[in-house]
This record gives sequence, structure tokens and C-alpha cells, in this order.
Amino acid sequence: MEMGKDLVAASATPLVLAILSERDSYGYAIIKRVAELSGGNLQWTDGMLYPVLHRLERQGLVAAKWSTSETGRRRKYYRITKEGRAELAAQRQQWRVVDGTLRGIWMKACTA
Amino acid sequence: MMAFADRSLEEQIGQWREYLRRRQAFHLSDVEELEGHLRDQLTALTDAGLAGDEAFLVAVKRMGSLDALSREFARAHSERLWKQLVIGPGSADESVAAGPTELVLVIGLAVAAALAIKVPALFGLRIDGSGQPFYFRNAALFVLPLLTVYFIWKRGSRLGTAFWLALPFAAGAVFANIFPFTTNSDTEKLIALHLPIMLWLVVGFAYVRNRWFANGGRMDFVRFSGELAIYYVLIALGGFVLIAFTVMLFASIGMKADWLIGAWLVPCGAAGAVIIGSWLVEAKQSVIENMAPVLTRLFTPLFTVLLLAFIGTMAWTGSFINMQRQVLIGFDLLLALVVGLVLYAASARDPLAAPDFFDGLQLVLVVSALVVDGVALAAIAARISEFGFTPNRVAALGENIILLVNLAWTAWLYLRFARRLGSFARLEQWQIAYLPVYAVWAAIVVIAFPPLFGYK
Repeated sequence: MEMGKDLVAASATPLVLAILSERDSYGYAIIKRVAELSGGNLQWTDGMLYPVLHRLERQGLVAAKWSTSETGRRRKYYRITKEGRAELAAQRQQWRVVDGTLRGIWMKACTA
Repeated sequence: MMAFADRSLEEQIGQWREYLRRRQAFHLSDVEELEGHLRDQLTALTDAGLAGDEAFLVAVKRMGSLDALSREFARAHSERLWKQLVIGPGSADESVAAGPTELVLVIGLAVAAALAIKVPALFGLRIDGSGQPFYFRNAALFVLPLLTVYFIWKRGSRLGTAFWLALPFAAGAVFANIFPFTTNSDTEKLIALHLPIMLWLVVGFAYVRNRWFANGGRMDFVRFSGELAIYYVLIALGGFVLIAFTVMLFASIGMKADWLIGAWLVPCGAAGAVIIGSWLVEAKQSVIENMAPVLTRLFTPLFTVLLLAFIGTMAWTGSFINMQRQVLIGFDLLLALVVGLVLYAASARDPLAAPDFFDGLQLVLVVSALVVDGVALAAIAARISEFGFTPNRVAALGENIILLVNLAWTAWLYLRFARRLGSFARLEQWQIAYLPVYAVWAAIVVIAFPPLFGYK
């Protein structure tokens, strides 16, 4: 399924924050997790994740640290901050409203 | 970094890395992060059975085109844009209207500003005579509307926006001219000083267009203001040389050129230079790149030493600040300067970098400025309780408190940042969020002070 560009962009922040709230992670693993969660329907251009991560880091919603993985590769690990969790909760509320509204109107369309 | 056994694959990765490095938008750590991603992807693909070059093609394709990628990186790190405008014609939200049209418009606006300042002279208000207070009160109104027009055009804003931006200028013109000031009135001088501060915010709105609340919009305006100040000083230096030669040449044939300088060269030049300077900042960002931060780096240590030495001397000799009128304004300027140093250090700093020695220095600077100002405030409070309120004292006191609040919170945020409890972005946000406060206070001084103090 081809997703609209704006929708992908809008969902990037809550998605990344939600994945990081499961556990600390790095770019490649986040991309894999997104593909896994969406059943491959949500395809990001891989590189585009990094500007998103950097923006979140700048806003203080995530924090980053370089460390070496067990395979000996240096990786930048991201961790969600307290502010990030608050933002995630807020975004969750907003998405719930959007979701509920759309559902309501589509249910009506089905029953009519 | 773990290398692949496939030599040609390593070569391809190396080439890709070089392409990335050449782009201004990527820092070395970004390149490393992206390369790490590419290698993870390649490992997965080769494990799945793809040959090296096939895997490379797929992985690079998935990474996305370099143009799109560097654009996104540049947006996320807009401070990197300052040096090199990588956001080119490919982006929709930066209007790219340059070339001869812009030059014509800029020269037209500069000439318009220079002429505008001569218009009142047609009605008998001489700038070197009785009309002087009028010119001082209205100085900002001759130039800043034209500068706003330039940015409205440059950013391709709609006419509706232009209308909203015109309102504060109209209000400023009204308040600068309706009050019946007494001769040599203090509130009149306060208007002359504060109206430009208030209207500068309007220029800021035109400058950032709809990015006032978006990332980096206001910080860009702060940068612009600093660079403009530097260009303006440079142009002024050139102007002085021009004036010196004018005097010298005409004096050599026995003529006095005073009227030419006083009534034409200085006022027209000062007005036109604002427009030309702004255009230079916009157009030639890479020529004098980031002068403000360089000056900040240079002078932060010097001012820190000065303040520490001053505090030390005061404590050692036990002498107290003798709070004359000029001294109070002087302390306001000192605080404004420290805020400026903090602001420009912040504007050029990579917000993600860890705290370093320079940050410690800034913290010392801010704290020592707070101490010095605390002493100065005590002195002014004593003076007010002894001699009562005057418009100058109240204005200076208000400014002092505004700057003090800013610096106190800045010190707190800096301390948290230095102890790695908070991020630098917080400090940047605080400084940026505080900008309108200055304009609001200036507006209060312009609008409320003259009637409050009986136009004296």
C-alpha cells in the first residue's frame, strides 16, 4: 500500500517515540521494527529516519549515546527521555481523537 | 568498524561516504551513523543471499537520494544552513527570488529610505535645527517599514500579512506624534529609544514569515540581527571615511561642507545603509560567515575577566556603586551585552554537543553579571526611595528587571546543562521565547509612559 507522504511524516514522531519506549534502540533496528509492526505497509526511506531522530534529540525528547555493539560496530543508541514520554502520551491522545473521529464516520457509512 | 570481505563492496561504501562528506548538511558523526546503517543493511542483504554489488544497490536505494536526504538533514539542523544554503530550488518553502530584480528592488528601497528622511524637510522640519526631536522620535519609522517591505517581497508573503504588519507601524507613528511633549522631555527621548525596539519585532515577523513558531525561525532572526549590526558598523566606517574626504576636499577650496554632511550625507546614508546591510546579510551570508559568533568567542572571556575583576575590587575596597543616571543605563547595557553574548554563542552552537570549557565560561559570565547587577539594583532602589520616580529611572529599572529575569533563568538552565541534567535546546528555547518580552516592554514605554509622567 502506498501511504501519503504527509501521513508518513506525521506518524514518524509517535512511532519512533513508541518504539523507543519499548527499549533503547538504534536507527537500523528502529526501521526494522517499523516494518515488522506495520506488516511492511509502512515503508520509510531509511535515511529519512535520521533527521527525525536528530530533531527529536534536539527537542530533548530522546537522548543519544555512541557505543559499540557486540559485533564490534559503533552505533548511536537512542533512549526516550522523560519529556519524550510526556510527548508520546500527548500524541497518543491526539491520534486517538483522529482515529475515533474517522471510525465514527466510517461506521456510519457502513450502516447507512 | 567491521569491514566486509568483499573488496569492491568496501570501495563502493568508501565512495558513497565521500559523496556524503562533501555535502554541507552532514556532519562527520552523521556520516558515521548513516554508514553504520548502510553496513547493517548490507549484512542483512548479503546474509539473505544477495551478491555484494546487488546488496549495495538495494541498500543505497533504500537509504534514499542524497539530495532529498541532505535537504532533510539541513532542515533538522537549520544552524548548518547558515554557512551554506543547501536548501536550493528543490524546496517549496524558501522563496528563491534573487538576481537582478532583487538588486533593483533593494536599491530602490534604499533610495526610498534615504529620500523618506528628507520628506519632512519639505514641510520646514530641519534635521539640523528645530525639527530634531521629531526626527529622533520617528527615526525607526523612516526605515523599518521599507525593510519590512523587502522581507515581505523576499519571503513571498501574502498581502494580508502585509496589512497586519502595517498596523504596528501605523500605531507607532500615531504614538510617536500625538503626545504634547514639553521641551527637552525625558519621555520623548524614551520613545525615540524604545520605538525601534518595538518595531524590530515586526521586522522579525516579516523576516521569518510563518516560521515564528517553527524550528529555528526566531533563532535565524537573531542571527540576522547580529550580522546586520556588524555589516552596519562596517558600512558606517566606510561612511566616516567618505565624510572625512568630503570635508577635506571642500575645505581645500575654501568651502564649508557642513550642511551637506549634516543634512544629507549622514541621515540619508544611515537610513539607506539599513536596507543595504540587510540585503548583504541575506545575499552574502558566506562572505563574512558567522562573524557574530566569532566576536562572541573572542569577547566572552574578556568580559568574564572584567566582571570578576570588578566584583573582586568592589569586595576588596568595600566601595559601593554611585548610582548616577548614566550609570544605571550603563548597567542595563552591560546586561544586554551579556544576554547578547549568550544569545550569539547559542545561535552558533551545535545544540547536541556536550558541555565544554566555553560553556563553563559562559556560566561564570552570566553569574558574575547577575552579582554585579544585584548590587546595581540595590543602588537604584535606594535612589528611587530617596528621590522618587522619574520616567528614566522607571524605564531603566524595568529593563534591568527584564534582563535580570532572563539571565537568572539562563544561569539555572546553564547549570543544569553543565551538570548534564538538561539539554542545551532548553536554553535556546528559553532565549527565543523571551524575545517578545523586550518588544512588549518597549511598547509599554512608548504608549503608557508619556501620559503617565505628564509628557515631561
